[in-house]
Amino acid sequence: MSTPAGSTAAFTPTSRTARLSAGAADYLDERIGAARLVKGFARKVFPDHWSFMLGEIALYSFVILLISGTFLALFYVPSMTLVEYEGSYAPMYGVTMSEAYASSLNLSFDIRGGLLMRQVHHWSALIFVAAIVVHMLRVFFTGAFRKPREFNWVLGVVLAVLALAEGFTGYSLPDDLLSGNGLRIIEGVILAIPVVGTYITFFLFGGEFPGETIIPRLYILHVFVLPGIILAVIALHLALVVAHKHTQYPGPGRTNDNVVGFPLMPVYAAKAGGFFFIVFGVIILISGLVSINAIWVYGPYDPSPVSAGTQPDWYIGFVDGLLRLMPGQPEFTLAGFTLSLNVFLPSLVVPGLMVMALLAYPFLEQWVTGDNREHHLLDRPRNAPVRTGIGVMAITSYCVMWAAAGNDLMALAFRMSINDLTWFLRFMFFVLPPVAFVVTKRICLSLQRKDRELALHGHETGRVVRTADGEYFEVHEPLSDTERWLLVQHETYRPMAIPPKAHEDGRKPSVVERVRANLSGFFFEDRVEPVTPRELAAAQHHGEHEAIEQPTGDEAARRELTSGTPD
Amino acid sequence: MRTLAARRRHPAATALLLLMALLVTGAAYTALAPSRADATIAPTVEGAVGDVDRGQELFLANCATCHGLQAQGGSAGPSLIGVGAASVDFQVATGRMPLAQQAPQAPQKPVVFDDQDVADLAAYVASLAPGPAIPEPGEVEATDDVEAIAAGGELFRINCAMCHNVVGSGGALTQGKYAPPLDDVENRHIYEAMQTGPQSMPVFNDDNISPEEKQQIISYLDHVNTTPSPGGWSLGSIGPVTEGLFVWVGAMVLLLGCAVWLGAKSS
Repeated sequence: MSTPAGSTAAFTPTSRTARLSAGAADYLDERIGAARLVKGFARKVFPDHWSFMLGEIALYSFVILLISGTFLALFYVPSMTLVEYEGSYAPMYGVTMSEAYASSLNLSFDIRGGLLMRQVHHWSALIFVAAIVVHMLRVFFTGAFRKPREFNWVLGVVLAVLALAEGFTGYSLPDDLLSGNGLRIIEGVILAIPVVGTYITFFLFGGEFPGETIIPRLYILHVFVLPGIILAVIALHLALVVAHKHTQYPGPGRTNDNVVGFPLMPVYAAKAGGFFFIVFGVIILISGLVSINAIWVYGPYDPSPVSAGTQPDWYIGFVDGLLRLMPGQPEFTLAGFTLSLNVFLPSLVVPGLMVMALLAYPFLEQWVTGDNREHHLLDRPRNAPVRTGIGVMAITSYCVMWAAAGNDLMALAFRMSINDLTWFLRFMFFVLPPVAFVVTKRICLSLQRKDRELALHGHETGRVVRTADGEYFEVHEPLSDTERWLLVQHETYRPMAIPPKAHEDGRKPSVVERVRANLSGFFFEDRVEPVTPRELAAAQHHGEHEAIEQPTGDEAARRELTSGTPD
Repeated sequence: MRTLAARRRHPAATALLLLMALLVTGAAYTALAPSRADATIAPTVEGAVGDVDRGQELFLANCATCHGLQAQGGSAGPSLIGVGAASVDFQVATGRMPLAQQAPQAPQKPVVFDDQDVADLAAYVASLAPGPAIPEPGEVEATDDVEAIAAGGELFRINCAMCHNVVGSGGALTQGKYAPPLDDVENRHIYEAMQTGPQSMPVFNDDNISPEEKQQIISYLDHVNTTPSPGGWSLGSIGPVTEGLFVWVGAMVLLLGCAVWLGAKSS
């Protein structure tokens, strides 16, 4: 820290601006060691690919959420005290409502820019969660969660769950009919927890639903507790990205030990900064043009009415869909206590299992492959057929749950019976995911076989040539080294050997060993091995071999054609 | 009194007493029950005055197949005795009747009859038995009084929104039935629907929702249908489902497109 004086002496700035900035840099360096930070961080290399910017969309929409949320917090009143509305929205004039709802109406109609800010906040919330999902899918399908990044995957799942909680607490704040209906469902869900459900609801709502405390409580969660935790976890998430270095797609010159890309300063900073403004711009554009959560049409919350088409925001939709799919029978009365499994299972158990599965997957896959190496090169989804199949299966079942949440609107729009539709979706919930798994796995394997073909024999050109002897053949154009490398660079795992009836020392294989071997078989039994150098050489040699056998004039012409020289 | 007392154990005494109680109750009901619409006034539809005889001819030609020659009903259609002119006007003038086919619910089709035909049919059905009359134009006029609109909104949310959605965008019911959207319905028909409860809809009679309140509901609907959405494109006013759809097929596609574009810029 005491050396910068020497470095400034070596470089003598000529212009006034340069002198000033050099002085400022020096000042900072002497006090906070800026040079070391800049050297370490600004030269950090990030690989460049559009799919690496998905997490950025989530990050930027979170920044926009913080900014717009601060604006909203200046005018929103988190209170359930009843007032008579006297603002400028005519159809609510004189209606009794909570201060929370009245202030949300004021934000929409009486505060300059308030409606735009509300729409910016809500649209970016929806985009925030959607971007998290897309980012998570990218990480999953490319295997970016593998060692050493398992904990960062876990942090990502935690962030996703926190985002859902943050979204839901925000959804409830305007205290309109829609948000109140949502809270009522949450109350029902908590009530369904065996034994402690009633105690928790009374604790949460400060008595009977809806009470007078839930809005201020959700408010403090929404503006202080949850965003604080999310910020901290985001910081950790990003710190780990820096610590691990970013993953990259396979390609020539890209190995497990390097990162090929651009330094943070100036290229990536400019690019990421620019992308922030693109995201901001798109969100402002949408918020300026498209209405979201028109709270004024819903009216103040009143526990008696429920509107048709009452749904949560999209990211909670899967829980609503599960509730709609679940038949009502499994509700029992045990020794005078009601056990509402019809609510408890779909709304808490299944989503809980889904989160557990997400958290566990990287560890499970590592256990199955037994691969303890670090992975900094990403997989192409087709090269991990079972993982890709599992991913598409998860997407499919999520989509069935999602569709079920809109069953009433689908029934209305397509003039179907909501009962038949619900039954159809109940079957689809069990039928579609396995079908999706098998189909995806088969597609992946076929794509791998196609890759093999391509690597071995080159592109089909569609040019059929007839030799003077009357022999027909199609001209294949060999791949460039870059193209071929992409198709042959990956590795495949082979299934573990099924443990013998007894080990050599006479010990019987444990259940864990057998499960692991079976799972390994499930993952890697069907596989397409990448082309080996020997196979490639043999394929090329095959062509040459033919050429040696018939060294005629025609063959010379053919060899010229097959060697891929431009015509 | 003594003779009465002496015969109090007569075998017919119980039956007689019951008969008397029934008579008293019936008489009291007849005297005190709120009177329904008057069938003696010929119904008018948009100024066309109904004619019972022509109405009967039209009825026999178009309706009797299902509703019976005397409008007494049958296996294919309900009895129309006592449904009133309001019901006829609603069903026929919105194109729901004549029914094209048996379905979970009568869909709205292009209207077959003109105003005069509807008035005649209504006059015939009203002549069979008293029932709700077609409301006067003054009763169904939407006001722009702010308090009436606000009151109508509250009534609508409490009584109507669970099927028709808070702004009347419609909603699904069981087994393929549905509550239709209310954005393109004449005020008169909204009033009649509340009065007569067509199809799956409950009846909201004058004791339940007073004529003045019905008018407030009409005013509210008129307001939401004529006021442009303050926040921009309303996405059909059916709540978070279309918003979620828009986020994925609109916003996310746009943002991913930008990401792909930026990614392509480098290589």
